[in-house]
Formats: sequence, structure tokens, C-alpha cells
Amino acid sequence: MNRIDQKFKGDKKLLSIYFSAGYPNLEDTVPVLKKLQVAGVDMVEIGLPFSDPLADGPTIQESSTQALRNGMNTEKLFSQLDGIRKEIEIPLVLMGYFNPMMQYGIEKFCQRCESIGIDGLIIPDLPVDVYHEHYKTLFDQHGLYNMFLITPQTSDKRIRYIDQVSNGFIYMVSSASVTGAKNTFGKTQTDYFQRIQKMELNTPTVVGFGISNAETYQAATKESRGAIIGSAFIKFLKEKGVENIPEFIQSIRD
Amino acid sequence: MNYNVDEKGYYGDFGGAYIPEMLYPNVEELRQNYLSITADPDFKKQFDELLKVYVGRPTPLYFAKRLSEKYNTRIYLKREDLCHTGAHKVNNTIGQILLAQRLGKKRIIAETGAGQHGVATATVCALMGIECIVYMGELDIKRQAPNVARMKMLGAEVRPAQSGSKTLKDATNEAIRDWINNPVDTHYIIGSVVGPHPYPDMVARFQAVISEETKWQLEETEGRNYPDHVIACVGGGSNAAGLYYHYLNDERVNIITVEAAGKGIDSGESAATSALGKEVIIHGSKTLLMQTPDGQITEPYSISAGLDYPGVGPMHAHLFRSQRAEFISIPDQEAMDWGLTLSQMEGIIPAIETAHAFAALDARKFGPEEVVVFNCSGRGDKDLDTYIDYFKL
Repeated sequence: MNRIDQKFKGDKKLLSIYFSAGYPNLEDTVPVLKKLQVAGVDMVEIGLPFSDPLADGPTIQESSTQALRNGMNTEKLFSQLDGIRKEIEIPLVLMGYFNPMMQYGIEKFCQRCESIGIDGLIIPDLPVDVYHEHYKTLFDQHGLYNMFLITPQTSDKRIRYIDQVSNGFIYMVSSASVTGAKNTFGKTQTDYFQRIQKMELNTPTVVGFGISNAETYQAATKESRGAIIGSAFIKFLKEKGVENIPEFIQSIRD
Repeated sequence: MNYNVDEKGYYGDFGGAYIPEMLYPNVEELRQNYLSITADPDFKKQFDELLKVYVGRPTPLYFAKRLSEKYNTRIYLKREDLCHTGAHKVNNTIGQILLAQRLGKKRIIAETGAGQHGVATATVCALMGIECIVYMGELDIKRQAPNVARMKMLGAEVRPAQSGSKTLKDATNEAIRDWINNPVDTHYIIGSVVGPHPYPDMVARFQAVISEETKWQLEETEGRNYPDHVIACVGGGSNAAGLYYHYLNDERVNIITVEAAGKGIDSGESAATSALGKEVIIHGSKTLLMQTPDGQITEPYSISAGLDYPGVGPMHAHLFRSQRAEFISIPDQEAMDWGLTLSQMEGIIPAIETAHAFAALDARKFGPEEVVVFNCSGRGDKDLDTYIDYFKL
């Protein structure tokens, strides 16, 4: 069974963390993963940096640019992750834009992910219909899940379609925005969380974008199975460093 | 072979809509409506009227006598440089602002490199009394001060793009992010035949007026409505798309596309996408673009700010791959020399982008009876500083 499915058994609320591979320093990828696992994080999205991350706000743009400057690239990330499954048990998801994956060669990319023990992918600019038509078979062959985003603007009909094509989880973007930390959620968000919960989808939902503290984490996980934190974690990492990661995780779970 | 867009938004292998889910409703709304809105008689009437009384169309198709004698062929210039705001860009912004109004949008965003599209967008927003925000790379803002001032005079807000390389591709990223953040009330006026479907097709249709006029103008002067060659410069490729549009599937017409080689194709400072580009997904479509082996988008270079986009639109990628179009790359120096030549032989100071196209006359031979139509896409006023520096005027 895919590690992601394993995680969603039971009804524990999950905390997932996103960070850019090779940030703050090139060789920090694996140390960050280890710290996150020790701190009790349920899942990690490892960001594959891209020069033009058009769905990301300033914080992730900056960490992505810095990671590229540090020398991060697809092959480098794979070599860092080789053998990672001896130490890391939690689900690992690669999140990145489609172009670097396409240049690497999608088939080769999937093979490498499988051999490392990557559980799934999130590719914001690969639309669900293109995936369904051209890539799903390949991903399935390599045991890779592909997770899709929905937003408050996504129609019920399209959500049903995404639910049908999805495995793992559905990534609920909290509001119509690029990535970035917010301090609170308004009524629009809570209405949207409730609307999705009432749809009783087959795939579990996880909320991301705009989650930065215990309050937003609580609000996000009230009607969903978990939450993903990216920008707020990256800011913390920049200020406090890899060593202090458990402090951040505790502040969210409190 | 058909060179127009197909039902799924592709030109051969290129195009499509590779967009994050956050943009899906916006782009889908456009896709579902752009054909019916633009086919509506009221829309057409208003569009044609504005092109006539506001933009100054039809633009002349001018027989360049001295140039024709020198090169022993029949050379025509489609005078898009005479359009209001100084280039063909305004054909598209007029079309899109009318479309945005019919979609009930209250706010317009745009990206700009050299500032020409920004000015054309600010102009139509002023005309219609709609809020206008133009994203422009921080570096370009410094390099193109007069166009920044024009946009401000026209009432637009110019927002610096501070991410990445701080140029056109980053301004495009910022505009897309703005659209993600404002999905309901905002329309994004893209300035070239790039971006997710339906943009490349929509922009090409608005620019198609260029070849539509060329057809009847040639009929009047040459007794046939098609030339032997059409020639245009490409950055993203909107002026070229306009000149080619009604000749795309007419095999009697040879298509010649001129790219900016910058300091030379192998110099590392170039914008010659066909020679250097690979199949890439950027800004929502699959096309040919310059990138690193790892798939990171690289910064192009050309002396002409309007050509330093790292890729061409999907229509041009298809014309290149299918060999429907001949591609020629012209270095800075030849383009600059042509700026001077056209000024002194025909009394027309062209934009540096436009000057690139004319260098095709040195790159290949044309027969004495052949009819060659150039898109004289923009005027050179905006480039005076560059000309002054270069020629020590």
C-alpha cells in the first residue's frame, strides 16, 4: 500500500510540510527531512525549484531562486535522496513545475522516483485532463500518486472529475491566491471548507496555502484531513535554521 | 496541413493550456466565450469602428520604390508603425478591452517588456475608463523611462516585477500571479501570441486585420491578393501572426520569420529561439524556448527590448517545426544598420524590432517579379536613445 494511503487510515489530523530542496543550503535537503520526521510531521512535500514558479508567492519564489543559486537541480535532488528510505518512513511527495520534469524525461523521472521511494507528485501546472490522457498510465506503472489542486472557484462538476482521477489526497487551496502565509481565515474560507466536506469525496482533502500558525492549522483541519504549511516554514527555516525545526512543529500542533 | 489552432488549443505539438488549477476558471471563461463574443455583429462593428477612427486603420500598404530598385524585387511595407501609439500592439488591446467589457471585468492587468504593449493597454483603459495595472520588470523600468512615463500619463499604475531576472518573463509571472489573486473581476490582456489557449489564437485573430487589409490592398496594386513572401520579426510573435494569418494555409505564400540573434547565436547573448530553443512549458503553453539542460528558463538578449522574450508563441513553434516558415536570425549590428538604411532610403525610422525583419533582404535573394511584403510593425521614436548611443548621433 502507498505510504500516503497508509497515513490517511484512521482519523488523525495530518500535518504536512513543504520546503524547497537545497534550501537554505544545498546539502540541507536530507537533514531537514530527518528533523521533520523526528518532530512528528506526517508527510513532506519536497519542492523541486524552478526559475519561473508562477503559482508561488514571494517567500517560495525566494527560496526557489536561492536553491537554484545553491546548485540544486533534478539530478542533484535525486542523488541526495538515494537511499533515503533507510532513514525516512513518512510519505514523501515531490512538488514542482512540469518543465524541469519534462526536460529530465517523464519516464526516467518516474523511474527515479520509484527507485528512491517517492510516493507521489504535485505538479501545479500539469492540468488534470492532460495528466489523465497522457501520463496517468505511466505514473500508475511506477506506483506514483499525482495530487491535484482545487480552489474556492473550482466548480462542483470539476471537483467530481478531479476526485475521480485523483489518488492520495486532494490539495485544497485555501483561497484564490498564490502561496503565502496568512494569519487568519475568513468566512469565505470556512464556507468553502464546509462546502467541500459536504460533497463527501472519495479522496481525502488536505488544505494548503495561507496556513502559518496553530490557529490557521486548526481552522483548516476542522473540515479536512490535514494541512500543508510551506511559506511560514520556509521563513522559520531562514531565521532559525534546521536545528530548531521541532520548535516550529510544536508551535503549530499546540 | 492546417496551421491554425485545433479544437484542443494546439498548433501541431505546441500550445495547450498548462495552467495551475487556480487559473482554470479564468482561462476557461475566456475559452468558452472568445469566439462567440468576437463573432457577434455588435462586437465586430465596435471593433472595426475603433480601429478606423481611433487607431487610424486601414494602415497603408506602401510600395518602397527605392528599396525595390536596389534589391531588384517588389517590396511593400505594411505600415503598422502608423497605428496610434506607434505599433501594431494596439489592434490587440482594442479587441481585448471590448472582450473584457462584455465579460463584465472591472480591472485590467498586463505585462510589458519594452513598454509598447503596456502603453497600448494603458491607452485603451483610458479610452474605456477602466483601472489598469501594468507589470514591468524592474530592469526594464530603468531602461524604458519614456514608456513608463507614457503609461503613468495615461493613468495606469506601473508595478515593478522584482522576481527572477526582473525582465519581461518575470513581469509575465507577476501578471499571472495577480490574476490568480483576482480571479473574478480582472481580465489579463496578454500582449503577444503566447500564454495558455485561447490567448495565442485570440491575439492572432485580433492582429489578423493586418493580413486582411494586405489582401485587398495587394489586389488593388498588384491585381492579385497574395504576395510571394511575407516577412516579419518575432519576439513572442504577434505582428508576424497578424501578417501571416490569412496566408497560413495558402502555400503560394512563402513565410519568412526573423529572430534576434543578439550578439550572435553562439555568444550566449541571443534571443534566437528556433536555433537555441527546445520544447518547453512556460507561461501556460508548450512552445520553443531557451532554457538550461535542467529545464530552467534562461534570459534572452537582444538590443531590441521587444524581441528579448525567451521563446516564440506556439503558432510560430509549429511553423518552424513543420518548416512552413523559413527562420532567419539577425544579429544586433545588422538590425541597427537596417534602422539607418530604412530611414535614409524610405524616410521611415523603424523600431529596432522592425529593423530586424528588413535584414532578410541581405540574407536571401528575391526575384525581380516577386512581391515581398514586410510588416513595418513599429516606429523608432521609442528607440531614439539606443540609436543615439549606437550611431553617436
